[in-house]
Amino acid sequence: VLQQQKNLDGYVGFASLPNQVYRKSVKRGFEFTLMVVGESGLGKSTLINSLFLTDLYSTEYPGPSHRIKKTVQVEQSKVLIKEGGVQLLLTIVDTPGFGDAVDNSNCWQPIIDHIDSKFEDYLNSESRVNRRQMPDSRIHCCLYFIAPSGHGLKPLDIEFMKRLHEKVNVIPLIAKADTLTPEECQQFKKQIMREIQEHKIKIYEFPETDDEEENRLVKKIKDKLPLAVVGSNTIIEVNGKRVRGRQYPWGVAEVENSDHCDFTILRDMLIRTHMQDLKDVTNNVHYENYRSRKLAAVTYNGVDNNKAKGQLSTKSPLAQMEEERREHVAKMKKMEMEMEQVFEMKVKEKVQKLKDSEAELQRRHEQMKKNLEAQHKELEEKRRVFEDERSNWELQQRLEQQKMEASRTLEKNKKKGKIF
Amino acid sequence: MVIKNEEMRSLELSGQVGFNSLPHQVVRKLVSQGFCFNILCVGETGIGKSTLINTLFNTTFENEEADHYEPEVKLRSQTYELQEHTVKLKLTIVHTVGFGDQINKDESCKPILDYIEAQFEKYLEEELKIKRSLSNYDDTRIHICLYFIAPTGHTLKSLDLVMMKKLDSKVNIIPIIAKADIMSKTDLGNLKKKIMTELQSYGVQIYQFPNKDEEVGEINSSLNARLPFAVVGSTEDVKIGNRMVKARSYPWGAVQVENEEHCDFVHLREMLLRVNMDDLREQTHSRHYELYRRCKLQEMGFKDTDPDSQSFSLQEMYEAKRREFFKELQHREESMRQMFVNKVKETEAELKEKEKELHERFEVLKRMHQEEKRNLEEKRRELEEEMNAFNRRKVAAETLMGQALQGCSQQPLKKEKDKKK
Repeated sequence: VLQQQKNLDGYVGFASLPNQVYRKSVKRGFEFTLMVVGESGLGKSTLINSLFLTDLYSTEYPGPSHRIKKTVQVEQSKVLIKEGGVQLLLTIVDTPGFGDAVDNSNCWQPIIDHIDSKFEDYLNSESRVNRRQMPDSRIHCCLYFIAPSGHGLKPLDIEFMKRLHEKVNVIPLIAKADTLTPEECQQFKKQIMREIQEHKIKIYEFPETDDEEENRLVKKIKDKLPLAVVGSNTIIEVNGKRVRGRQYPWGVAEVENSDHCDFTILRDMLIRTHMQDLKDVTNNVHYENYRSRKLAAVTYNGVDNNKAKGQLSTKSPLAQMEEERREHVAKMKKMEMEMEQVFEMKVKEKVQKLKDSEAELQRRHEQMKKNLEAQHKELEEKRRVFEDERSNWELQQRLEQQKMEASRTLEKNKKKGKIF
Repeated sequence: MVIKNEEMRSLELSGQVGFNSLPHQVVRKLVSQGFCFNILCVGETGIGKSTLINTLFNTTFENEEADHYEPEVKLRSQTYELQEHTVKLKLTIVHTVGFGDQINKDESCKPILDYIEAQFEKYLEEELKIKRSLSNYDDTRIHICLYFIAPTGHTLKSLDLVMMKKLDSKVNIIPIIAKADIMSKTDLGNLKKKIMTELQSYGVQIYQFPNKDEEVGEINSSLNARLPFAVVGSTEDVKIGNRMVKARSYPWGAVQVENEEHCDFVHLREMLLRVNMDDLREQTHSRHYELYRRCKLQEMGFKDTDPDSQSFSLQEMYEAKRREFFKELQHREESMRQMFVNKVKETEAELKEKEKELHERFEVLKRMHQEEKRNLEEKRRELEEEMNAFNRRKVAAETLMGQALQGCSQQPLKKEKDKKK
């Protein structure tokens, strides 16, 4: 398809398309699912409340650390929030009990299962014949809370991130960052990033844009990873301003002060600039990975198919079936044709043989007939000749006889007369 | 938005959170990707399809003028990249060539329907692939079909009715009265009414501009009332007063394309490009494509096993399908083989019969020959005997003769002998 650039000679009007899309998306509303994972006491609920400036977690709806469980649970709460005409259905998924047991082996499994089950739900509703509005309950982002030990990642941290980085967008956070001095924090961050790279963990990456300005900002953020955050439910007055913060005898750690912690960076990135991208990456990368693995398993386990053994086909199972059907039809046609040919040939052979033997017999019959006729003729001829001979001879005999008779008579007469 | 009946709370925000930028985030992404829009123009040769498109987009797209002698209806598509401000648009225009020109128009509809369905098919295939890339899929599905109605006559042609009825479940249709400058205002009004009544009574579903939206609902309602749009197209600039406007100039005046009093062009442009372009794309995807997909899957034998309360396993469905499928194939193979075996048996029997017949026939002949031979032998023997008999006579006669002769010769000797005495 030839694509050509065309210059317009005047205002056409499709530049309003973005507005149309804008209005549509506002009307539809948005949904976002955020998962928080970390040991209890790391300030997860406080951070969520601070991020969304609302009492998502409260005494009525306690955070995960207050809902101590014997085994790791995966629970979710849904809240509907509105801002500036935009409606957001926010689902927070938390994991009470994570990392709190003595033996935490496999404590990530319920989380993985939960993520997969959401993918499965989506896949099923996407695969229905009658599709309706598909609610998207897939996990769009996972905030992983790292305890501020200052010394690097714990084995559990590494294990968890390694197992989840290809299923969900993982954003690691240093929790309760107000227990680290800036230098300690710097060190800690460097150490963590080193370990993350070492273990080839793929945390959420900020997409590159065409905008230079933006890219510079993105680079600045990248340098500060992982983000060190502080959350607070209380509002304190500092220098005449009312801010969220944590009051200490030695001062107030302000949540939204970028000198104190990276909270604003997190909030801006998570909510104000990259929320949609987190959803897109979940849809285009993590979900597609899940889907292609799931479907490939299906076609592989299907009935004997020697093609699938070689390549992981990029075809849909339906298209594959269609192709197999066509192949089979072609194969059948060919088989039919071949059988037909063989059959025709055999018949021709037999018919020919029959013809040949008929011809042979006919020939023999003809020959025999001719032979007999010839013999007949010969016999006839012989008979004729013989009869001729015989009648001739008989005639001659008669003549002779007559002659003899005559001469005898003459003799007799002679004797009678002449001798005296 | 679907809200599950899980416990959900509405909460108040105590400050500026910032997720009201979400629509901006969405739009930003789309703008950077660019949009695509695909228009299908269906109409007779020479009715003004290309001119109208040129006028709509204020540019001259390449076009070969067609003659009236195409043996069948064909479709020709061209893609252009346009940009307006920061918005990039990949516009594909598909024209019918030869529509309405044939003496027998029975086959006119098929190529057009096939084309539309082929684009759905392409999308469906991509959607069903194992490794798919839907996010940067080159979408060729037709978003809008502009159906050009000839401004002659008092009603729709039967071909138009039939065609639009076939199209209405596959694509968004907007009927347009082309070359509207031929008709007077009253005639045009009557024709519009007549067309709409006919479409309604025939059950043709044309595209309805969404009028439920608070912002654009009103505009759209008024636009709905003006259907079908009577348009005039022109890319020539004519000086009217002290402005240059697009118009068609006649000796008796100039028809201004963008003059609402003269034709509905501005309304068409308004509706198509400035107000509802996104809705057209939306309808194509969520209504027409879904319908196609549903039918196609049902055709292939897929069905939802339960109502949406239970989720079924995709795996099971596919596996079951495949097993069934292979069984069917095997069965077909078997029956074909069986058929052949029977055929062979039959023919063999036939041929055997023939062989038997043949041999019988020749047996008969053989016996005949043997008879003949025997006769011949008989006759030969007879002849032999006769010949022998004859020979014997001959011999007998000859000896007798000989004796007689001897006697005769002896007799004279005897006489002589007597004489001597």
